[in-house]
Parts: sequence; structure tokens; C-alpha cells
Amino acid sequence: MFVTHEWWEFAFRWLHIISGIMWIGLLWYFNFVQTPSMPKIPDEQKPAISKVIAPTALFWFRWGAMATIITGLILAGMSGFLGSALKLGIGDHVAKNTAIGLGMWLGAIMWFNVWFIIWPNQKKVLGIVNATPDEKKKAGRVAGLTSRTNTMLSVPMLYCMASASHYFAMG
Amino acid sequence: MKNPLDSLGQTVLLGFILALVAHLLIRAIA
Repeated sequence: MFVTHEWWEFAFRWLHIISGIMWIGLLWYFNFVQTPSMPKIPDEQKPAISKVIAPTALFWFRWGAMATIITGLILAGMSGFLGSALKLGIGDHVAKNTAIGLGMWLGAIMWFNVWFIIWPNQKKVLGIVNATPDEKKKAGRVAGLTSRTNTMLSVPMLYCMASASHYFAMG
Repeated sequence: MKNPLDSLGQTVLLGFILALVAHLLIRAIA
């Protein structure tokens, strides 16, 4: 029977990677494609992005982030390194746990940014909650800069996540 | 001073620098 503890652990790793691609793929779509393209789109066509594409992309983006952190925490718990990783492996001298722990903290900061900074501000920008034009402008700036911060953090986060299993695990 | 995060190129460059910092930090802690 293939449904062993090892299989479930792998299943959560698989779901973690699927949700992580959904999340970071859309983060990179926003930063590498949508935001730089907006100034080149004629004003009358901009609502196609702001009213249709962006809200749908933001839905899968924030729920992708949620699924990634939940499956990641379950995976870390099942793998037995959650406690060591959360304290960055300090005192344990296991490089793999330090690497995955640093990746987990970077991912957790990014998840917090999505749910508590980017999404509340995007709701003002997209008109889901009421805001004055000044508040909308400020919210757009805060959401944009936080999204850029997450793009920056995604590079070391993926370095930590991938190196934990494929480099630091080698000793 | 201009915010480096306003530039996509500088954002990515900072990300690569932080990855190097992360590597050194992991080696230093472990």
C-alpha cells in the first residue's frame, strides 16, 4: 500500500509546491508583467485589467499564499523539523533546518504582507471598500511597494527552501 | 533618494544579494 506516512508527507510537499507556484507565479505576473504594462495600455482599455483580470489574479494570489503556508506548516510538522526550523536551527547545528527555517520565516513575512498589507490596500484601489481618491493613491503606492518587497524576498526565500533539501542536506 | 524597489531590476538584484546573505547566515548559524 502506498498510503504510508512517507506518502502523506510527500503529498503535502506536492500540494505545497503547487500552491507555492500559484502564489509566486502570480506575484511575478503582477511585478514582471501587469504593473510595467499598465502605463502602455490606453485609458479606455485599462478597466479590462483593473476590473476583470486583477481581481481574479488577486483572488488566486492571496488564497495561493494561504494554501502555501498551511501545507508548508503541515509538511514541516510531519517531517519533524518544525520546532528546530522556527528557531532557525540555532544550537542544533543542522544546516538543513537553519536553511528551511530561514525560508519559512521569509515565506511567513511574505504571507503576512499579502493578507495584512497588500490585500487590504488593493481593496481600496479596486473600489471593494470605499476610499477617497487620495486614499486610493496612497493605498496603491503601499500595495505596490509591498508587492515589490515580496518579489525581492522571493529570491532568498526560494534559495533557502530549495537549498535546504538539495544543497545543505548533503552535509 | 529614489526607492530602489521602484526599479524592477534593482528589486531582483537586491533579492540575489539577500540570497547570498542568507547562504552566509545559514553557514554561520549551522
